[in-house]
Amino acid sequence: MNALERALVKATQGGLPLVPRPYEALSKDLGLSEAQVISLLQEMLGDGRIRRIGAVPNHYALGYSANAMSVWDVADEAVNELGRAVGALPFVTHCYRRARRLPEWPYNLFAMVHGRSRSDTAANIRLIRAVLGSSLRSADVLYSTRILKKTGLRIG
Amino acid sequence: MDKLDRRIVNELQGGFPLCERPFAESAQRLSITEAELISRLENLLQAKTLTRFGPLYDAERLGGAFSLCAMSVPRDDFERIAALVNVHPEVAHNYERAHRLNMWFVLATDDAAKIPEIVSRIEKETGCPVLNLPREEEYFVEMRLTA
Repeated sequence: MNALERALVKATQGGLPLVPRPYEALSKDLGLSEAQVISLLQEMLGDGRIRRIGAVPNHYALGYSANAMSVWDVADEAVNELGRAVGALPFVTHCYRRARRLPEWPYNLFAMVHGRSRSDTAANIRLIRAVLGSSLRSADVLYSTRILKKTGLRIG
Repeated sequence: MDKLDRRIVNELQGGFPLCERPFAESAQRLSITEAELISRLENLLQAKTLTRFGPLYDAERLGGAFSLCAMSVPRDDFERIAALVNVHPEVAHNYERAHRLNMWFVLATDDAAKIPEIVSRIEKETGCPVLNLPREEEYFVEMRLTA
């Protein structure tokens, strides 16, 4: 990240100015033109440094109160294929492979499921279990009970 | 939250335009005025229905790193320890979960080397061992919820 990109991240990581011309408002602080701010954001969106631009909801406020992190211990030789299959399920919002920490933490596959009720979420977790089939060794489900912080990336 | 708020949240979880008058352009798609959209967004942020409105950066693609960390925090000391963890700007999210490992936070930095440093600082400050679970592969991420 060059100095200009860093300055842009710092200026926007907390949100865009809610004014009719937000990119113009940012350009003044950054010493750029409005067109330069727009093209830099376009470039960062294009190469994935920005995932998306828009509203970041608090999922509890939208009624999603049954939010589970489902964790699975899946055979190493099968985890990539199964991870892609689980990630393709329509209700899975994030799906990752992570390092195990034995003996305390045997799980290598993580799939987040957000639902409006425990019964919906539990039913979806059963569908994940069905996808994993005989490659599954053990599993756990951790429901979130409270958001303690949700700011996203903050660089200094 | 009324029907229009829901439409705004559903329409604008991504794809905010990069043009001179992006609110005007989005408002037109929603058949409302630019001023109404801006004031609705202000209210949704104020009510904490939205935590943010703007670009969502990927720390890893910016040259930094993410890691998911878990701790087992004593019940009667939970609030104090949550505050000690949350004070670090590198803590991007933190959730309480119903489990023996009851505090789960994501570290996001623009410099991957900082992750182990912050983990050991949090361990020292809280007295709780941190289980650091770096991501090895991403199969899917698309956090869009219907309001």
